[in-house]
Amino acid sequence: MKFIVSVILIALLSFTAGLFVIFPWWSFAVCAVIVSIAIPQKPYKSFLSGFIALFLLWGALAFMIDNKNQHLLSTKVAGILPLNGNYILLILLTALVGALVAGFAALTGSFVRKK
Amino acid sequence: MRIIPLLISAAVTTGLIAALNMQLPSGKTKTPRLGFFLSPQRGFWQNAEPADVSFDKDIKIAGIKNNAEVYFDDRLVPHIYAENDIDAYFIQGYLHAKFRLWQMEFQAYAAGGRLSEIIGESMLPTDKYFRRLGMVYGAERALEAMSKNEETKQAMDAYTDGVNAYIGSLKENDIPFEYKLLDYKPEPWTNLKTALFLKLMSFDLTGQGDDDLLYTNTKNFFGWETFKKLFPQRADSLNPIIPKGTVFEKPSVEVKQPANLDSVYFATDKNVSNIIPPVVPNKNNGSNNWAVSGSKTKSGKPILCNDPHLGLNLPSLWYEIQITTPTYSTYGASFPGAPCVIIGFNDSIAWGVTNAGRDVKDFYELKFKDSTMQLYWFNGAWRKAELRKEIVKIKGKPDDVENIAMTVFGPVMYDKSYKSKNEDGKYYAVRWTAHDPSNELKTFYKLNHSKNYSDYVDAISTYECPGQNFAFASVNGDIAIRQQGKFVAKWNRQGDFVMPGTDSGFLWQGYIPAKENPQMMNPSRGFVSSANQMAVDSSYPYYLGKASNFAVYRGYIINRRLSGMNNITLQDMQQLQTDNYNVLAEMVRPVLLKYIDLKELNNDEKKCVEYISKWNLKNDINEKGATIFKLFWDSVYHEVYDDEYAAAKLPLFKPDRATLAEALLKDSNYVFADNINTTYKVETMKDVVITAIRKILPVIRDLEKNDQLEWGAYKDTYINHILKIPALSRLHLPIGGGDVMINATTANHGPSWRMIVEMTTPVKAYAVYPGGESGNPGSKYYDSFVDSWVQGKYYPVLFLKKQEARHNARIKWHFTFVKA
Repeated sequence: MKFIVSVILIALLSFTAGLFVIFPWWSFAVCAVIVSIAIPQKPYKSFLSGFIALFLLWGALAFMIDNKNQHLLSTKVAGILPLNGNYILLILLTALVGALVAGFAALTGSFVRKK
Repeated sequence: MRIIPLLISAAVTTGLIAALNMQLPSGKTKTPRLGFFLSPQRGFWQNAEPADVSFDKDIKIAGIKNNAEVYFDDRLVPHIYAENDIDAYFIQGYLHAKFRLWQMEFQAYAAGGRLSEIIGESMLPTDKYFRRLGMVYGAERALEAMSKNEETKQAMDAYTDGVNAYIGSLKENDIPFEYKLLDYKPEPWTNLKTALFLKLMSFDLTGQGDDDLLYTNTKNFFGWETFKKLFPQRADSLNPIIPKGTVFEKPSVEVKQPANLDSVYFATDKNVSNIIPPVVPNKNNGSNNWAVSGSKTKSGKPILCNDPHLGLNLPSLWYEIQITTPTYSTYGASFPGAPCVIIGFNDSIAWGVTNAGRDVKDFYELKFKDSTMQLYWFNGAWRKAELRKEIVKIKGKPDDVENIAMTVFGPVMYDKSYKSKNEDGKYYAVRWTAHDPSNELKTFYKLNHSKNYSDYVDAISTYECPGQNFAFASVNGDIAIRQQGKFVAKWNRQGDFVMPGTDSGFLWQGYIPAKENPQMMNPSRGFVSSANQMAVDSSYPYYLGKASNFAVYRGYIINRRLSGMNNITLQDMQQLQTDNYNVLAEMVRPVLLKYIDLKELNNDEKKCVEYISKWNLKNDINEKGATIFKLFWDSVYHEVYDDEYAAAKLPLFKPDRATLAEALLKDSNYVFADNINTTYKVETMKDVVITAIRKILPVIRDLEKNDQLEWGAYKDTYINHILKIPALSRLHLPIGGGDVMINATTANHGPSWRMIVEMTTPVKAYAVYPGGESGNPGSKYYDSFVDSWVQGKYYPVLFLKKQEARHNARIKWHFTFVKA
């Protein structure tokens, strides 16, 4: 239960923080730290909740934007980055980048309260 | 708290964020800040425009006097309805910024020699070149002139305010894609940037002047007599803009030729420059325009056509627009970066431009007392040079400072401190009319407002640089053309070579008065046209510049076609603009084939000749004959001249293809046919032609193997993104044509805007350009016209009155500008 709540909270907070242009792009990492301090879990679980939250959030956002855009820009960007023009890989890469940062941020948070 | 794991994971987290928050080196360039770039709420995903996007918007804005409306049609072309000119230009600036901000700023950076600031040291040679050429100096002087005129000052101010109003409204996530890719942010627009952009066009269209250095080397290498044979002054096939035989008035400017020309100018003992400029405008920069009178059209009203040939880029150089106020209504192609319509029409007149090609950029060799460049020798005494400092900022590196000596011969572009590719330690100043204060914007402002022929003449008569052939047609039934610019009154060959810069003897002596520029109105033949050929025959009393500045064949075929056409419709004109007929091949093919004896050839060679002889002379995409002819013709060219050039150590200028064609047509014993490396024999054209055929056979075989022998595949036209990123470009476009055809589409160059206007009431027009209205690679309007352009299709232009716009079925979106 704690795990699912953590995931949802990190995702929600991160999305909300992202709406404020004054915050940097990595504001979600701060959200992950805060949530994992507030809801203590085992370190690996904290990591996973951050990881999954941002994987889902960034993945879903990118997926929705891309769908509406009919893959026009993602195909081009996947041609600039070494992804062979494959927009699915680009969405996965996007999700993975957010997930890794949030995972480690959440892990950091979990050690704050851990004895 | 578990300190060690905490510290480790905190370090990993911040390290990750830091790495994703910086640009990492990747080959010669750098990656974007990946974390930011990939962030769906900040980075490039925010530029992925929904396919069904609505552009509708109400914009509350300070800076306009009255409320205004903009209607967008289904091609995203805006139709601006403002209550006054100032508001119209404000909105034009706003729209240019909304749809093309990155491009317009990037072009201004390029013109101002500031690319190193955003890209890094790799752009320093280009930046230095533009600074030393005096682009900023010229733009500053032009800005002064434009600011002195109240109309253009107000137009520029309003335009700049409009651009900045848009920039001010931008949030970080909305900034255009390329800023995120290169990691920088837009800065405020200024009137100087508009001036810089216009100088970029001057450079593109009159910048060939560095040829003077290569010309000088070439003259020194061959000697004056041989040089004259390699570079004849006029092509016999020339079909000038003003028909041959026209009588010109006596010149009002008498030009005095310096007395010692043979010893100091045509002499070849001086070994001059070995400079290779890092940026050279494309030699094919040119255009077609023509206007036919009502006597030759089906409607009985004139038709005007124009297609400027420039580098093909995405986002396009042009932005299509309609601007309507209570006093005028104009439509056409505008430059993102400047107010007004540049090529277009209004409800009374239409105008189109082609490049005049006149030489207005010359080099002088100066003598300085020492390398501080404070004193230079002029008319028998040391004269003080002013020093101009140009500071080039470089991303991640200390600034570069260029000290440029300013003299009566212009800025000293090349000096001992300028490490160009092959610096030779000499001082060359560049005298260029683009350095002089001038107000080109005034011409376009006035053309936009013109009602008739005399307004047109008034509009263009003050236009200076880059010189253009302004074609004109009006609903009154008039057609006209005039070559207009600030042209130097030169003695024959003045400025073809580097000139001595130690006294006033070789300075420019004056300018040709506008009324003596080549021009005609309502000629009896029923049409006017221009295609970058020499404007006049040799009876014109002023020197035009070296022949290699001018094209020959497009003008020839256009005039032939127009002479034969009657009852012309808009559709006929579409066909003419996209005509792939190769008149050069028509002229030289029989001459070349005459030298071939089929009995001497093997089967492969025979097959090759057969392809050439059976070819229909059209450079259509599926013609193999067109490719083989081109290979053959190039091969003949190299066979004729390469041996003469082989021993050259300095960069030289090569003869024009037209020179070879003309020589073949009149001279069966062309002196350069002999291969000077073979002492046992004197080769003739017959030998040349056979060798040429033999040399291309392996190339043809390779092309055939790769399925690239058809002309479209061989030419392989593409439209490059300005940053030359393939993923953002359009590649492998199946389009015919070539440099000597009316459809002047080469690999990355061609008709950048095609326009056909019939002067009926209301005016009817067709247009297309190889791009799209949006500069955003994430928009479907980024390249939405490209396929039509490739297929030679046009869009019927929507030229609407305000009350019609609201209800027109093709109008899709609507901006309301409300005064805040």
